[in-house]
Amino acid sequence: MTEFRAPAAELARFRLRVVVAAVFVFVCFGLLAARFHHLQVKRHDYFLTRAEDNRIALLPVVPHRGTIVDRKGVVLARNYATYTIEITPSQVRDLDATLDELSSLLPLDARDRRRFRKLYEESRNFESVPLRSRLTDEEVARVVSQRYRLPGVDVKARLLRDYPQGSTASHVIGYIGRITERDVERIEEAGNAANYRGTLHMGKAGLEQSYEHELHGTTGFEQVEVNAGGRAVRALSHTPAAPGNDLELTLDIELQKVAEKAFGDRRGALVAIEPATGGVLALASMPTYDPNLFVDGISTQDWKALNDSPDHPMLHRAIYSTYPPGSTFKPFMALAGLETGKRTTKQALYDVGYFQFGGHRFMDDKIGGHGMVDLHKSIVVSCNTYYYQLANDLGIDGIAGFMAPFGFGERTGIDLPGEATGILPSPEWKRTRFKKPEQQRWYAGETISVGIGQGYNAYTPLQLANALAALVNQGRLFRPHVVKYVVDSRTGERRAVEPEPLREIPLRDAHLKAVLDAMVDVNRTGTGKRAFKGAPYTVGGKTGTAQVFSLRGQRYVEGRVRERLRDHSWFVAYAPAENPKIALAVLVENGGFGAQSAAPIARQVIDYYLLDQRAGAPAAEDEEGAESEEAAEGSGDALPASRAVEPAAPQEAPPAPVPSRPTTPPAAVPAPQPAAARNAR
Amino acid sequence: MNDNRFNPLALVLGFLRPLDPVLMLVLATLLGYAHVLMQSASPERLDSQITHIGIALAGMWVLAWLKPQRLLSMAVPLYLLGVVLLMAVELFGEVSKGAQRWLDVGVARIQPSELMKIAMPLMLAWFFQIREGHTRFIDFLLAGALLLAPVGLILIQPDLGTSLLVAASGLYVIYFAGLSWKLLIPLVVAVVIGLGSIVAFGDTLCQPEVDWQVLREYQKQRVCTLLDPTRDPLGKGFHIIQSTIAIGSGGLTGKGWMDGTQTHLAFLPERHTDFIFAVLAEEFGLVGALLLLAVYVLLLLRGFHIAANAPTHASRLLAGAITMIFFTYAFVNMGMVSGILPVVGVPLPFISYGGTALVTLCLGIGILMSIQRSRFVDKT
Repeated sequence: MTEFRAPAAELARFRLRVVVAAVFVFVCFGLLAARFHHLQVKRHDYFLTRAEDNRIALLPVVPHRGTIVDRKGVVLARNYATYTIEITPSQVRDLDATLDELSSLLPLDARDRRRFRKLYEESRNFESVPLRSRLTDEEVARVVSQRYRLPGVDVKARLLRDYPQGSTASHVIGYIGRITERDVERIEEAGNAANYRGTLHMGKAGLEQSYEHELHGTTGFEQVEVNAGGRAVRALSHTPAAPGNDLELTLDIELQKVAEKAFGDRRGALVAIEPATGGVLALASMPTYDPNLFVDGISTQDWKALNDSPDHPMLHRAIYSTYPPGSTFKPFMALAGLETGKRTTKQALYDVGYFQFGGHRFMDDKIGGHGMVDLHKSIVVSCNTYYYQLANDLGIDGIAGFMAPFGFGERTGIDLPGEATGILPSPEWKRTRFKKPEQQRWYAGETISVGIGQGYNAYTPLQLANALAALVNQGRLFRPHVVKYVVDSRTGERRAVEPEPLREIPLRDAHLKAVLDAMVDVNRTGTGKRAFKGAPYTVGGKTGTAQVFSLRGQRYVEGRVRERLRDHSWFVAYAPAENPKIALAVLVENGGFGAQSAAPIARQVIDYYLLDQRAGAPAAEDEEGAESEEAAEGSGDALPASRAVEPAAPQEAPPAPVPSRPTTPPAAVPAPQPAAARNAR
Repeated sequence: MNDNRFNPLALVLGFLRPLDPVLMLVLATLLGYAHVLMQSASPERLDSQITHIGIALAGMWVLAWLKPQRLLSMAVPLYLLGVVLLMAVELFGEVSKGAQRWLDVGVARIQPSELMKIAMPLMLAWFFQIREGHTRFIDFLLAGALLLAPVGLILIQPDLGTSLLVAASGLYVIYFAGLSWKLLIPLVVAVVIGLGSIVAFGDTLCQPEVDWQVLREYQKQRVCTLLDPTRDPLGKGFHIIQSTIAIGSGGLTGKGWMDGTQTHLAFLPERHTDFIFAVLAEEFGLVGALLLLAVYVLLLLRGFHIAANAPTHASRLLAGAITMIFFTYAFVNMGMVSGILPVVGVPLPFISYGGTALVTLCLGIGILMSIQRSRFVDKT
């Protein structure tokens, strides 16, 4: 009935409004359609990529780290599987509650939690973070049975590093440790971040560090589909990891053990090199430490014990500590004399017991002198006077120029991290080393003490061993190396670390022969004869004594000097003399006269290497001790002249008694402390 | 011939008589679409979706049987009931997602604001019916007052989405009732300028220290998120970013039914309710989205047709307003999911999962059917 009353005009007006509304509807839907077209057609590719990024996550597959074996295949570093409890952050709702729950199932100490927190903060959401490793079977069972209550908690098998030889050769092998934030920065700088995803450990010292790029391997990737919660729903593709390469060393671990055992509880270093290749046969630094302590993060107590020990077990003495070579420098000096024409083998001088220079007397060790001394005798009896004179004749530039090619004062380039440079003293070195002009000046008196291996001279045992290896190898200097082969663990392909000749030093055969013959006689009739009594091979050698402490002109009597201030004992040797297979340098810190503590160690090592047996000590230790005093008096090694008279004093300085080195360079004190050694670099 | 004989076919036809075939076709298409999508988005809810459809269709059928005048006679009581319930919600309501929207009446929890979506156009249609023929400007002011009371109550719950929808439903009645273009056009211009300035000055307005006075903090966040979803990609922007990724990655023909990665890997939030359109667009692509738009257009055209041919002034207003409400739901929802409107929590009509909304919408269809049927009843 209302219809009749409704005027037609009103209906028309309503219909107009309906039409307007319909137009509005079409405009709005047109807007939507345009928007859909924009999203689904124009920007389809972009959004498809976004959707794929959402859905696909790459999970790293961590490669097995390469193993390390010695030259005979004895395992030095390997992996073993262990159960670790791990937490995937994206799947955990309440982390604290989860940790509390876990600690009721298995012991978690504060350190585990702290470490986990740190890793957790650095972690990516999809990757699980280890909480504790080395779970026992019982702990695994307990966690697994409760896992339904603990989302995000998993027990995984991970590979951990193991060093079955314990502390043997620990400085060479090194250790791995957890990757720190600083490591991450370095890895990222090197552009290796992708390859280290999922990797928890990396090499921190020794070969583990220097061959990290070989040992690590290539991380594989598993492409998985993940849901919004970050949980992997299914695997899409799998790129397997390529395991790291294995290392086969030139090192003989049995020889290494013999060497380390020979040191007993004495501190020092031994470097044995195969002269023909530069391969390192043994590289001992005593005392050692147990690298297994570091694998999963070293505990505070263990670290403190290692760090605070006065013996500094972490210090790699063989390549990082520098010491004056003492009389082991003399064969090189003798060769320098011959090669430069300043000496012939036939020339002899009369040793009166001292060398007079610039108003000072540089004393020989033997009171009254050695009498007539030629080049041969000067090496055999280690006559200081002969070399004072020679040094003066050669001049410091002559000495430095001759020694440099042997690698003195230059890194050998061994495949281990943290090698020291050492100091080959020269006026030029002094100018760059010191700031004050009066310190920069080179005094002729300083040349004299350099001539007998004292003064500013400072070399690592490795440098000395390598220089000796070059000497017995007709002047061919190799880059020493510890790794013999890098082995591809899948194909078994062995890539040799080629003997790399650094340089050929031109030497006359006759000159070389004269020096080497004298070195053989050192062990026959000279300062090394007792240590090598009865050796069934010919062996060349040279004793040496590196001064630790200046007695300010007083006479050095071993018993009166505190143990840590005693001289360092050197011995260099090679054998068999006619075809050297091993060249070595032994340093015993505070060991006194070289023949007394270092030479017997060299004998044991050479015996083992050449005779393949453990040699009994040629002379009982206590017997040696009793005779040491006499031995010391008989040779120039035991008492460098600097003790008796000021050798390095500037000429204006009063003769005595003053501190032996007015401007003691830190390098001249071969103290075992790392600080001092660091300065020496 | 045998009129008195029991004829099952006649009974069924009689039973179905009030149902408009075009609307039934549209409804069947939409509900079928919804069912297919639900299997992909949330298969565990299929059973309750069927239940909701059953209840909604029953309600629709009942309203379709009733005459429009009968419905209009219920306008005042329904309106008053709605207002009272809204006040009760304010006093005793349950808090859900930070807003008081639910009222527990013992048997069930109900959303009184949902009732208002039907009661409001009914009330205003009734109001303009009694003022018919001598509608003056003052009547529009009165209608505005009737509109603002419940809208205000819903707004303070706070529920911006529903209050806007209720306000819209009332405004549509006022529009169809003949509010002067002179007033209407400045109003539309003001709204456009207001929204435009928010977009233009979004960066300044969205600074945390700026207080928007009228809107709650979370509502401000919704608008700001719309302006720049990347502001907070894992928080408030997540919904819009993920839904546009879902829509965009669907492409022309979609990834295929049940193959939407955004949907099935749970990147899509609220995928069975407000964001179900993203599921559709991801799995069926632009083709599926335009098909849905076409079905909606069919629904709206049928609604406009019914309105234009309705026998009384009130039923015209009612049919027109209900049609525009369907449009508003559809447009706001798709606009929000595709990132051109803020996230206001409006379901996609007949597709989104949710009993209350479906029942309300089907009641609307029932009213349309009732009006369509009244054409014949009143004319004969």
